[in-house]
Parts: sequence; C-alpha cells; structure tokens
Amino acid sequence: MAKAYRIEVMACTGTGCVSNGAFEVIEAIREELKKKNLHSEVDIIATGCNGICALGPIMVVKPDNIFYKEITKKDVPYLVEEHFLKGRPVKKFMYTPPEEKEPIPLLNEINFFTKQVLVALRNRGLVDPEVIEDYIARDGYAAFAKAITEMTPEKVIQEITASGLRGRGGAGFPTGLKWQAVRRATSEEKFIICNGDEGDPGAFMDRSIVESDPHSVIEGLLIGAYATGASKAFVYIRNEYPLAVKRIEIAIEQARDRGLIGEKIFGLDFNFDIKIVRGAGAFVCGEETALIASVEGRLGEPRPRPPYPAEKGLWGRPTCINNVETWATVPVIISRGAKWFSSMGTATSKGTKVFSLVGKVNNTGLIEVPMGITLKEIIYDIGGGITDGKKFKAVQTGGPSGGCITAALLDLPIDYESLTAAGSMMGSGGMVVMDEETCMVDIARYFLSFTAYESCGKCTPCREGTAEMLKILERICNGNGQPSDLETLGTLSHAIKEGSLCGLGKTAPNPVLSTMKYFKEEYESHIYKKKCPAKTCRKLNEYVIDEKRCLSVGHGCDICKKECAYDAIIGQTKEAHRIIQEKCVKCGSCYDVCKFNAININ
Amino acid sequence: MSQEIRETAQKIIGKYSGDPTSLIAILLDYQDAFSYLPREALVEVSEAMEIPLPRVFSIATFFKAFSLKPQGKHTIHVCMGTACHVRGADKITEKFERELSIKEGDTTSDLMFSLHKVYCVGCCGLAPVVMVNEDVNAKVTLQKVPSIIKKYRK
Repeated sequence: MAKAYRIEVMACTGTGCVSNGAFEVIEAIREELKKKNLHSEVDIIATGCNGICALGPIMVVKPDNIFYKEITKKDVPYLVEEHFLKGRPVKKFMYTPPEEKEPIPLLNEINFFTKQVLVALRNRGLVDPEVIEDYIARDGYAAFAKAITEMTPEKVIQEITASGLRGRGGAGFPTGLKWQAVRRATSEEKFIICNGDEGDPGAFMDRSIVESDPHSVIEGLLIGAYATGASKAFVYIRNEYPLAVKRIEIAIEQARDRGLIGEKIFGLDFNFDIKIVRGAGAFVCGEETALIASVEGRLGEPRPRPPYPAEKGLWGRPTCINNVETWATVPVIISRGAKWFSSMGTATSKGTKVFSLVGKVNNTGLIEVPMGITLKEIIYDIGGGITDGKKFKAVQTGGPSGGCITAALLDLPIDYESLTAAGSMMGSGGMVVMDEETCMVDIARYFLSFTAYESCGKCTPCREGTAEMLKILERICNGNGQPSDLETLGTLSHAIKEGSLCGLGKTAPNPVLSTMKYFKEEYESHIYKKKCPAKTCRKLNEYVIDEKRCLSVGHGCDICKKECAYDAIIGQTKEAHRIIQEKCVKCGSCYDVCKFNAININ
Repeated sequence: MSQEIRETAQKIIGKYSGDPTSLIAILLDYQDAFSYLPREALVEVSEAMEIPLPRVFSIATFFKAFSLKPQGKHTIHVCMGTACHVRGADKITEKFERELSIKEGDTTSDLMFSLHKVYCVGCCGLAPVVMVNEDVNAKVTLQKVPSIIKKYRK
C-alpha cells in the first residue's frame, strides 16, 4: 500500500516553472526535509503544468490546498521550517491579487482558478506525468476499459457525436462525424493521428497537455482506435517541444508495460500501437494533409481535399486525425457521458475550451473555461486585468489565421460561431491581450511576416501575395506608406484568400483585414501623419531624455549610455544625459533600460 | 573527417532498418549528431535508401529544423511568438546580434553560438523567451542578454 504522508507538496514542473528553477527548488526541499527529519511525513511530487506560468515556480500544499508562488531556492529553509515543521503557512509566498493588500492562501479561492472548469486539463497539478499509477489513481484508463468492455464501437461514436465535441485544433469540425466516416470506410488498415504540431504563435495548450498529462492523450487515442477500427496511431509532436517528446515517450513505455499498448489488449481481439513522429519545423504541417505527407517522409505540402483523410489519409488509408486537446477530452466524455459534456457551452459549441491567455494581462497562463464565457470574464476575472493598469485595446484570437476583437465586444459570449462573426476565429485557442501600447499595424505586419515566412510556396497567391503584403506593411510601419496602400492591401487579401489551397493561405490576410476594419485610424496615422499612436513603430519615434527627471530622479545613472551601441547618448554619471538625434538609430534600447521613466517618445 | 561523418551516418540509418518513410527522422538525428546536415551524410542516406539526392535536399531545405551549414556549439533561439513580440522580442534579437556581432541566422566565427529566431516555443506566459539549446530563459530583458551569453561561453 502507498505510504500516507501528513503533507503532500505538489510542485509544478511544466516548462514555465522549470525555466524558473523548479527542479532546483524541489531538490532543495527534499534535502531540507531530510535535514529536518521530515521526509517520512512530507512528500514532494513533481506535477505537470498548473497553468499560471507567470508566477512560477509554484506549488500547492495538500491537504489544505495552500498555493505558493515564485519560490526560490533560498526561500526553502524558511518555508520548510515555518509551514512543514511548525504548521504556519507562509504569507509572503502566497498570491496577492494586483491592487489588493491581503494574500489569498487557498488555491480554490484565487480568481484565476475559480472560474475555470477543467476537462481536458482535469489532472492539472494532481499527477506526476511520468508516473502511470498517478493517472490510474485519478480514474485513468477507466474510460477506455468502459468503452472496450461495455460499449460497441458504434455506441462510442454515438456518445462522442451526442456530446457535441468539435475539433479543438481550430476548424471545429464535429469529432463524432469524423470518427463515423473513418469507421464506415472499408479498408484492411486504418490509422489515427494525434496532431501535436501546435504552431500558432501564442498558443501552448497542446504542449502543456502532453507534458503534464500524456496518458490522457494515449487513452483518447485508445478509445478512438477502438471506435474507428484503427490499430496504429502516430503522435506528431513539434521539434521545439523536447520535454513533451520525452514525457510522451515515457508514458507510451509505461502503457506498453501495463498491457495497454500491444496485442490482445485486455485479452480481447484488439491490437494497438503508437509511434512518435517528431516534426521538423514547418507551421504548414499543422494542416492535416501536409502533416500526413510529412509522416510519410515527404515534403510537408498540403494537397487539395476531397478526398479527406477520413477516406484517403496516411498511405492512402482511412485516417482519423484530431489534435491533442481533442484526444485528451475524449476519455472524460466516455466516463461522464455526453449529456454532462453538452450541458456546458452554447447552442453550437459544447463543453469547455482551453485558452492560452498571454500578452499584456496580469495572470498569463493556461486556462480552461466553458464555451460561452465572455471575454470580459476571461481578461478581467481570470486574467486579473491589464498589466500596469493600462487600457485594454484588443484581444487577438486564432493566431495568424484570426483577427482582433475590440473593447466593444468584451461582452461577447465566446464560441466558434461568435468569434468568426466578429471577424476572428477560435483557432487553437491563443488569446493575446493588447493594451494601448500595442500598435495594430505592427501586429498585422508581425502576422504577415509569420505567414510569409511559413508559406510552403506551393500556391503562388499565398507565396507571392503574403510577401507583397508584408512589403507594404513594413513600408507603412517605417513611415513610407502611400495613400493607395490600404486599397492594395484589400485587393491582395481577397486574391490570396481566393487563390490558396489550404487554411494557411485562406486565412493569412485575416489579421490585416480585421485590424483595417477596427483600427483604420491607426493605419491612416502611420500613412498620412507618419506617427505611430501606440509608439511601437520605432522608426517613427523620436527618443528624448527628460533631462530634469534624469538628474533629479535617476541621478544621471548612466545605464542608457552604456546600453546605447551607437554612442548616441552623451553625459557623465550624476549629470543629465542627452540623445544626439543625428546618431540615434531609434533602436529603443535606452527607453527599455531606463528605470526612472526619464526617456520620452515624441 | 569525411569518413567519420559517413560512419556516423550509417549508424543512424541502421537504426531505422531501411524504412523509407523515416527520412525526416534520420535527418533530425543527423542534425542532433552533427549540428548540421553534412553533404556526405545526405549522399549516404540517398544511396542507402534509394531516394534521389534532389529529394533528400528538398526535404533538407524545406523544414526549419535543418541547416546545411555547421551550427555553433550552442544554439540560441529567440522566440518570436505573438506574446514575445508584444513584449519586445525584436529588441532582444537585436541585442543578441550586437553582443555576438552576427546577424540572425548566422554563427559566430569561433563556432560557439548560432542565433536563430523561432516562432513560438510555447512559453507565452513567460514572454519574452529565449531558448539556448534546450533551456528556456524566461522574461528576458536587454540587460539579461550579456549574462545569458556568458553563462554558455564557458
């Protein structure tokens, strides 16, 4: 029997916390516990991502559920002494919401967590991703056991269809329908694929799920294989996610040792195998036909559909392809039922959705919320509002395929249809919050630089059109925009949308169209006044030192001069500094490093 | 040198027991082993698996994980994801360029560092982010850049 501990410390080891030193902190706690002879009473468990990455390294102390943030190695002796030995939770490591004085001790009372409903992320912070027993203890693999022993494949598909689950990768195709098509296709061999080629900049839910709860994906695949009649799965993971690759490899080995992968699973006539395929860095491979091509070892270029992969996929065989979040959601629907899942959400979009809430918002991280929640609830209640008390300007959803949603639509209930109607899209769930200091022309330029870079080059309108649009947007950002540019951008946008084969090209102009629609005055200011209202486009800025403030507040600290690589700043320490405009290349470094707000942008 | 490359390449190819669909996986292993794709190794895989050399090259130049030039001992990837962008990733890239005296995409002459941009490493909550090899450096500021370089220069 497992040993019972007085206290269990659940320490997050998602990529975010690890980069802030989580493993060193865990090691230090282990040593300290031994030193104080507490190691038989207190256990520390390395869990997956908790979602609130900005506060890492974080830990949750059970059974009380006390939430600690930003724990460093040197805090460890005090924490162990006070809390684990003397039983006094330490206030200074607790979370205090911005604009409040008293910390909130308990995880379940922190706004970031209270509004969330965890389905795909159900085991968040509760399991060690490298220990299969942890997953099983949380009813893991029970849904698969239920499916294979109590349900026919048709019944499984019926349940998924009735739940209203739609693909979480972006397009929102009904999952049950896709499975049905693969089930109906006649072929001696069928495949399933887990699309973990999460490429949208600003979205990281798939990385987090694979890193934190890899068994939930494997269980989803098992159920999908049983339902569709496939016997082999491919898990495609981006090369940029080394920890995710490692964790799913471990999970697959453990599942194999337990007889969950292999031949005659549960003694039944069901064989199943999983192979990991590492991506090689191509955004377009997130598109299903391109992904399939690259699994086959070919160039990752999309091909026309139909035929859809459900009819002719991998090596021409029927193939069921869903993304990581979709697969991780499947087991819960089977165990708790379609009715429960479809009771959440809106008329057309059921259940919950994971979003990565990032950008200029206080609580950046990963959240899971019921469909139909408003942007306001996400940004202000869960996200804790805009950083530094600045003004909200827009939120970008759907990555390079999406668009911007403005303050006027903050009360919009979010689902697939409402976001599309607003000129954006769900995408994989990236939500980048922008404040008054974000320039919308620059954002459009940024996304076009991404799509132009990632266009595979197969379709001329996408390859040449995005490059041409980027050229125009760069010109506008650098102050050389021409009055005809807006019209040209519009014409090019429509040509690219019409003339491209896959989703990349069809949606590439969206960020430009949506910013031109909602923020036309910003474009006009760049073109006619040669001014960037958000002061982001550096070539349009003039950096000037407030000499009075530099001397009185900063005491001529000299940091800006040291930072300037172009010798454009003069002045001695303890004297006011000045920028020589003729030498200034407008890199903006001095502005970033000045701690005293003594540098202004004109 | 050339002989060594060929031998390592053969070992890697051997792991995949001639499966023609594993070309990308083999090239990824090459990239890990050599830090780039040496011509000799590409010829080796082309001959062993009977894949025309132009096709091997088309794969080698399509995917961004591959490089045809030797890479530095440490690879710096400055994340250009949206969250990093709005928090100033382009300035961070410029700072690295200045500190290392190379342009993005290049390698220092002592083969110590290569500097690349990457669109999103999925650590958006910690923006701006710089990955050095497999380590994530979170909330990077202009002033942290020199110390990041120093840490790996040893």
